[in-house]
Amino acid sequence: MKLITKKRLKHLSWLSKIELRREEREFEEQLNEILEYFKKLDEVDLKGVEPLYHVLELKNVFREDAPKPSNPGEMLKVVPRLKGRYVRAPRIK
Amino acid sequence: MRVKKKALELVEEFEGGRSVEEYVAKLLERIEKKDKELNSYITLNGQAIEEAREVERRIRSGEKGKLMGLGIAVKDNISTKGLRTTCASRMLKDYVPPYDAEVIIRIRREGGIVLGKTNMDEFAMGSSTESSAFGPTRNPFDLNRVPGGSSGGSATSLAASLSTIALGSDTGGSIRCPSAFTSTFGLKPTYGRVSRYGLIAYANSLEQIGPMGRSVEDMALLFQVIAGRDEKDSTSVNVPKEDFVKEARKGAKGFRIGVLKELTEEGIDEYVLKAFWRTVHKLEGEGIGYNEVSLKYLDYALASYYVIAMAEASSNLARFDGIRYGLRVGDRGSWEDVFSKNRSKGFGKEVKRRIILGTFVLSAGYYEEYYLKAQKVRRILKESFDSLFKKYDLLLAPTMPILPWRIGEKQKPLEIYLSDVATVPANLVGIPSLSMPIGFHNGLPIGLQAMAPPFEEPKALRLGYEVERTGVVP
Repeated sequence: MKLITKKRLKHLSWLSKIELRREEREFEEQLNEILEYFKKLDEVDLKGVEPLYHVLELKNVFREDAPKPSNPGEMLKVVPRLKGRYVRAPRIK
Repeated sequence: MRVKKKALELVEEFEGGRSVEEYVAKLLERIEKKDKELNSYITLNGQAIEEAREVERRIRSGEKGKLMGLGIAVKDNISTKGLRTTCASRMLKDYVPPYDAEVIIRIRREGGIVLGKTNMDEFAMGSSTESSAFGPTRNPFDLNRVPGGSSGGSATSLAASLSTIALGSDTGGSIRCPSAFTSTFGLKPTYGRVSRYGLIAYANSLEQIGPMGRSVEDMALLFQVIAGRDEKDSTSVNVPKEDFVKEARKGAKGFRIGVLKELTEEGIDEYVLKAFWRTVHKLEGEGIGYNEVSLKYLDYALASYYVIAMAEASSNLARFDGIRYGLRVGDRGSWEDVFSKNRSKGFGKEVKRRIILGTFVLSAGYYEEYYLKAQKVRRILKESFDSLFKKYDLLLAPTMPILPWRIGEKQKPLEIYLSDVATVPANLVGIPSLSMPIGFHNGLPIGLQAMAPPFEEPKALRLGYEVERTGVVP
């Protein structure tokens, strides 16, 4: 059973906000092949095993709630569409 | 020729008054001549000569620095202030970072000179540097073949003497693979050893910036400078820092070695295995004994790695919408249209594939099926490695299961993923791993990797030094 159908691919394209074009027709086949390989994980007995999200298992690494110098002017230099000190954004609807 | 000299010697010579400017000029001249066919650099530092002069001023004023005067190639996913940083992607083709990555701050402080930004697989997603939006880098040992990836540009610059030392990043083998394919040394540090501040993220629970060099000492010198807690990276850890160069020179006599059985069996190229076993037996002859050890869960590491990496990639690359930075193709339509068009135009195929799959494995209904399972397998792997390290100082395996392939030869994405089988375990469990050159077949380089317990990089460096010293590499 193919996990990635045309419909699902459209949905994933919408979720990830990437418009897929004609050249990406091959994706359906390629992604299904890769997912087929991932099925290997089903062979492992995972009863009672906790997931390991992070190798260091750090907790609550905080810093002092004190302001540090920053340079917003520098940061704005990389913005593609600027209006004064505002970042131009597209319409919501 | 000075451009091929060892880093430590160079630092001494510069301290003694040798011209840094001449050396940098010579490197730039070489790059100009040789890089047209290699394509190892994306952007050169136009200020390099000025910086060389500045370093000479600092030396004359009596200032000392571990990297004083050395020309360094930096992978293009590491932010350099004022110097274009593209991640080899159209998305960031004109992006000039307003800040330096922590590793760059440290390098500059010690007098290192960034020569330029090196080519890589787009957003570090790949094992061959073939997915770069700026064209592939060619392996100096055979121009029709890949230099490995994703830090292919950095490795190639070293192999072709277009830099003295280099920085790469390793998420699933991206330092070690190109090191193995170009007969150079490359270290993936323990997760948390080196600050990721300024590293443009691909999979942030897996990756580390690491040093690359033509010798263990060169690499250890760079590692000395970049390692260490950075409060700007909350995942970097405060661990005592040894003198890595001194440690390396101790050699590996008395070490207990475990050879990972599953990575020396079927599926590994016979010539890779020949070189691997020749090295292991030579070490045995020198009194460094080994045992074959089995870690059956290694079979599942690759699937686990890719599920996790793709999932993290889908999240980390969500920021690229073309609004605050990056490629912006137009403003027609709603925000969804604009984002989707920017990302479609900005990202290459491999990046799109991984984001889409990552989105899938994190989506409702599939999260438990894939992502959770992968993280559980990850825990089992970590526990397996932990228990092996109780008995062994180092675990060895070939770095890559095959020799460098021809550019364009591997058409299916899965084919390339499978070449990461030996490198991904170290990333999943966060342990350090060093790739060292151990020979050639038909002129194509072969690498061996030594995995050490967390934060015990010196063990891996010591073995690297031993292998280098006993001249296993013909």
